[in-house]
Amino acid sequence: MELLRFATAGSVDDGKSTLIGRLLFDSKSAFEDQIEAVEKTSEQMGADYTNLALLTDGLRAEREQGITIDVAYRYFATPKRKFIVADTPGHTQYTRNMVTGASTADLALILVDVRKGITEQTKRHAFISTLLGIPHLVLCINKMDLVGYEKEAFDRIRSEFADFAAKLQIHDLAVIPISALHGDNIVDRSLNMQWYGGASLLHHLEEVHIGSDRNLIDPRFPIQYVLRPQRDEYHDYRGYAGTVATGTFRVGDEVLILPSGFTSTIVEINGPRGPLQEAFPPLSVVMRFSEEYDISRGDMICRSGNQPKVAQGIDAMICWFTSDSFLESKRKLVIKHSTSTTRCLVGELVYRLDINTLHREESVHRLTMNEIGRVKLRTMKPIMFDAYKENRLTGSFILIDEDTNDTVGAGMILGPTD
Amino acid sequence: MNYEITHLDVLESEAIYVMREVVAEFERPVLLCSGGKDSLVMVHIAQKAFSPCKLPFPIMHIDTGLNFPEVINFRDQLEKRFDCRLLIASVQESINKGRVKEDTGSTASRNRLQIVTLLDAIEENRFDAVFGGARRDEEKSRAKERFFSFRDEFGQWDPKSQRPELWSLYNGRHRHGEHFRIFPISNWTELDVWRYVERENIALPSIYYAHKRKVFERNGMLLAAEHVESDLGEEIFSAMVRYRTLGDANITGAVLSAATDIKEIINELASTRLTERGATRADDRVSDAAMEDRKVEGYF
Repeated sequence: MELLRFATAGSVDDGKSTLIGRLLFDSKSAFEDQIEAVEKTSEQMGADYTNLALLTDGLRAEREQGITIDVAYRYFATPKRKFIVADTPGHTQYTRNMVTGASTADLALILVDVRKGITEQTKRHAFISTLLGIPHLVLCINKMDLVGYEKEAFDRIRSEFADFAAKLQIHDLAVIPISALHGDNIVDRSLNMQWYGGASLLHHLEEVHIGSDRNLIDPRFPIQYVLRPQRDEYHDYRGYAGTVATGTFRVGDEVLILPSGFTSTIVEINGPRGPLQEAFPPLSVVMRFSEEYDISRGDMICRSGNQPKVAQGIDAMICWFTSDSFLESKRKLVIKHSTSTTRCLVGELVYRLDINTLHREESVHRLTMNEIGRVKLRTMKPIMFDAYKENRLTGSFILIDEDTNDTVGAGMILGPTD
Repeated sequence: MNYEITHLDVLESEAIYVMREVVAEFERPVLLCSGGKDSLVMVHIAQKAFSPCKLPFPIMHIDTGLNFPEVINFRDQLEKRFDCRLLIASVQESINKGRVKEDTGSTASRNRLQIVTLLDAIEENRFDAVFGGARRDEEKSRAKERFFSFRDEFGQWDPKSQRPELWSLYNGRHRHGEHFRIFPISNWTELDVWRYVERENIALPSIYYAHKRKVFERNGMLLAAEHVESDLGEEIFSAMVRYRTLGDANITGAVLSAATDIKEIINELASTRLTERGATRADDRVSDAAMEDRKVEGYF
């Protein structure tokens, strides 16, 4: 069974919780005791129908305030695929949650209320999805039942979105008319919308081709941990543990070790299920090399013909996460990139991006919580990276406040500064 | 070459990555093991993550004194089976030392008391990373749990101050006295766990499989007559049952089942309509937010 991770975005009013509840319910991933509890609560609230949105209700604090605080993860499976859903709240102030949920997603599912059309929030979600490099986008036009399942309403919103999407890098877009409340086009094609020739949402999620999304071209193996058994039978054994980020590695391959620049040959690869001839992402493996140089955590294994950039100056898009402080020039932060951690100095703030209009505001001096901007950083020691759009794992980093230890920002690398 | 990869392989590699990350970045990790399927899956994965080295951290069991004897037997073999160091923290000792008082009443259990025993053990041993086998699909307050879950110097969980987790970049920085709970199998479901147990042939305590037992019914749960006293009118009968979760013997219910091996359990799960906690745990039935409340205080 294949795994698909997707992120949903949309506000409570767009019917996002109802949609997820519907997917859990219709794929039989919600259980009777959960459904019974939801039915009871719906009854108490005087609702005419079972409120499936309650299935995804999280913390007591949220139920009391009727809001969603945080990214919640949901699970369901069909015979074809297992799905992990990062369910993110849609309010303006939660850009940080959307960025978080999107960072690991293969697909973004964006909900639009057919009566409201494309809103600023829709645009924001679509932009963040593309900024975070999510390869597939699904736009669900919801509440079709409230417009008599009319094709015209659907077409209008679809073309409105297409105008906006032309400014973004969207590689794969599906637009599906649904009613989450009544289950139209969720599991089966809806009889109420015979004019729609596409797949149902679940069918699309099961069939969308994700096999080519992995980067199998650029070999990158960040060293995570060195295994040195203190046992006689493993005298001199050095195993280099890590998870293949991208590309493939075979026994016998000559590899380049960065930052030292030495070359060596892979003599053994051990995967979770035993020895392998070839390792590929996202397998966690242990490699052994013919020459034992001083290799340690934070080093990067690649090939001399295909190397990441090594630099101390990086140019990146950064999303700022905290209201306790600002991102501004001259600030010092801890940067965690791949398996290496170092410090960095914030340089120039090139521009702040208005994520509703995509307008670049150039003469700003700081980023505040939930803002995104292009920033130059100088790291204390060189880091080995690729541009985020080519490699999500070696092109991403987080920023940590040295005093509070909080994660205060996330970055996507555009390239070296010089 | 075929680069296809199954969801179990992805989940396994993800868990290995998380464990290695912890051992690389923390000073004193420990793995909590209840003897249940989730923690035994974790131990199995930990062995893979660090082979051919020995486990680079000890395993700790919180002994409530009310565990099923089958589980205690199994626990006692852990050291030999996995060539690891086993620590036992006892709730009875916490009671004897006057650290906690036992509950009384019909919903009394030692479930909450474990929190004190656990936090004391973490403090005494200066553990800074504590592996747990919790899964996000188990319970709604766990759906928002992180892989690296921050606990303050009181061991408490504040759902509002959790650090955002992006890509696979985990931030485990902490001050002295604070610690992290680490959940390597966050993304697994109950069915994933069983499929993995089957694939890897992982040994589990016998009571996970159907066996004959004297039980009686209370609040829709089947309790073991051997471990819980029945009230007047609660009729004791013999039935083929198994346990889906292994909590304390006095609060964990069995389910009727004929599944004597893993294959049959997987078939049964594929058609079951109750969550494992809803079906079998009195501790989560006390209130709608029972788990959330315990988690805030420092529960697993």
